Amino acid sequence: MSANPSRDSRLLRGARRTLTGLHPALESLLAAVIGLLIGALLMYIWGFNPWKAYWALLQGAYGGSYEWASSLSRATPLILTALTFSVCVRAGMFNIGAEGQMLMGAMAAICVTYFRMPVGLHLLVGLVFALTAGAVWSIVPALLKITRGVSEVISTIMFNWIGRWLALYLAIYVIVDPMRAEKTLTVPVTARFPILVRGTDFSYSFFLSLFVALVLYFILWHTTMGYEVRAAGLNPTAARYGGIRNKRTMLWSFLLGGAAAGLAGAAIVMGMPPSYAAFGGGAFPNLTNIGFDGMAVAMVGRNHPIGIVAASVLFGGLNAGGRVMQFYGSNPVPLEMVRIVMGAIVLAMSVPELIRLFPAIRRQGESLVRLLRRKGESSEEGSS
Amino acid sequence: MSWSDLLSLLRIALHAMVPITLTAVGEIVGETAGLFNIGLEGILLISAFAGALGARIGGPWMGFLIGAGVGAAIGFLFAVINTYWKGTQMVTGIGINLFAMGFVAFGLIQLGAPGFFAVPRTVQLIKWRTAMGAMSPMIVVALVLPFLIHWFMRRTRAGLILKAAGEMPEAADVAGINVNRTRLFAATFGGMLAGVAGAYMSIAWIGSVTKDLSAGRGFIALATVVFSGLNPLLALLGGFIFGFFQGLAEWVKTLPSKPIPFQFVSMLPYIVTLLVVSGAIGRVRFPKALGESYKRE
Repeated sequence: MSANPSRDSRLLRGARRTLTGLHPALESLLAAVIGLLIGALLMYIWGFNPWKAYWALLQGAYGGSYEWASSLSRATPLILTALTFSVCVRAGMFNIGAEGQMLMGAMAAICVTYFRMPVGLHLLVGLVFALTAGAVWSIVPALLKITRGVSEVISTIMFNWIGRWLALYLAIYVIVDPMRAEKTLTVPVTARFPILVRGTDFSYSFFLSLFVALVLYFILWHTTMGYEVRAAGLNPTAARYGGIRNKRTMLWSFLLGGAAAGLAGAAIVMGMPPSYAAFGGGAFPNLTNIGFDGMAVAMVGRNHPIGIVAASVLFGGLNAGGRVMQFYGSNPVPLEMVRIVMGAIVLAMSVPELIRLFPAIRRQGESLVRLLRRKGESSEEGSS
Repeated sequence: MSWSDLLSLLRIALHAMVPITLTAVGEIVGETAGLFNIGLEGILLISAFAGALGARIGGPWMGFLIGAGVGAAIGFLFAVINTYWKGTQMVTGIGINLFAMGFVAFGLIQLGAPGFFAVPRTVQLIKWRTAMGAMSPMIVVALVLPFLIHWFMRRTRAGLILKAAGEMPEAADVAGINVNRTRLFAATFGGMLAGVAGAYMSIAWIGSVTKDLSAGRGFIALATVVFSGLNPLLALLGGFIFGFFQGLAEWVKTLPSKPIPFQFVSMLPYIVTLLVVSGAIGRVRFPKALGESYKRE
């Protein structure tokens, strides 16, 4: 019985504060749980045992040191493509072209096979190739956006498809392995990332991803350019009045993002055993979807480099665990279930993500909270 | 190029036009009301799959019905998230696309056809035999629908309400229009048309489902919407242009002489899309409240 109305309203207020002030990490976690539940529901409908499947997935993702290595190895490229997406979101744009930029980066990295170089330098040259190719592939959408106002959503997707066909052409006719037509040349040992944990596919490329995340964090939060990018993303009109050249920030955020995506391609072909190559014959099974999955990672990571690294562990784990899940038990669940879960997570993220992306709405939200709070206080006064 | 080549090119172009025009017209309705759905690609893919299943069960019309229903359901979900739940439209759209990629790939494996799910010829929509060769009746739908929608948007009260909800939701709200419900209807309708387009691809045109069946058509439809400036009649023209270049790419691929590698030919529709869109921008004006959730002050 609510004999004590003031206590009730205090409780209500507390609940309200928890809900409205819910920490971003908790919101992401909530979205992940919702996504997993939707996946479980679909598995159940399709006649699978979701709990067994998720148990296999959990074991395969985080069950031991081998599994952790496998998860982190799959997280490596996702961090980079997630950064691509999030740098542009910070600048107020939706760059969904990581897929194409990543493919271009991978093709460019494979080109180092033509040179003979000492260990280390060879790797470095490959990375420079890859990041240049990724950045170059993002220039045209950026320029179309800046000069003609073409929506980057459309232009980057078109460039993904153009890039995919170009990469297929290159992989089949130009950098093709003369012995095996279905794959490209193999990146030589001198240009590979050394393996970090023996017997796994976890290589030093993970540190490349961490390094790039740190660099972008530094650029975005500790340099003038980063400040300008973020200001332009928060409110382009105000930024322009503040003397920020929006077009330049757009170009920079695209180039930085493209470079990161290019490195993601390099991280796979130079740091992911056993293939160290791309497979044009099978339409790039080891590269496809890294760009798209990266967008999910970026959103769950709240478009913040540190959040992205954390989220990539989740998604890398989903990918690594999914591989175990698809062979587990008498009725194994196909790997594709993992992407369904990712999509569902992003759908769930889209609801509160708003608060972070559009400051105008956040202001409205805050004013609503203030209003609620005022009401709560007045009801409290009325009761006392 | 001979006369018969030209005719076959035109035939392919008209067939390729249908999904783009249908999807674009649906999106025009949605964008007029203020919702920007980049999940069209995913809707096309899922409804192509669902339509193929439906056709297997109950023939082509069942396939269309199920495709349209699935499309409408996703459009509805998109609308609910972005009206009542104040979601971020871009993120919802990306989520739909990711989900669709996983869902269709998963479904194809479950059907025991991981690469390629063929729709039997007996349950495909019959094609009309004409002087130009076999033509799908859906071409007529795609040719007529833009005029209907044009009339609806310009000449009916409901069309005006739609525009008000996208142009100035505050004023519409004051005038007694339920902005969110209007948007809900618009996006559901748009999703339904995309669903029909998806079902058309699998059961009336290509005759199979693969995990990249939609091949960027949802985004090409978005580009068509940009090109059209929210005019359904121009969307018909845009759909034909994009369809023509897709047809051209298909046609060049079949040439015995192989003048250029088919990888480059396959880029053609996307390059043309970019060129057309960058040429069209500037004169195009979009609804003021496009992409923003409406919230009462």
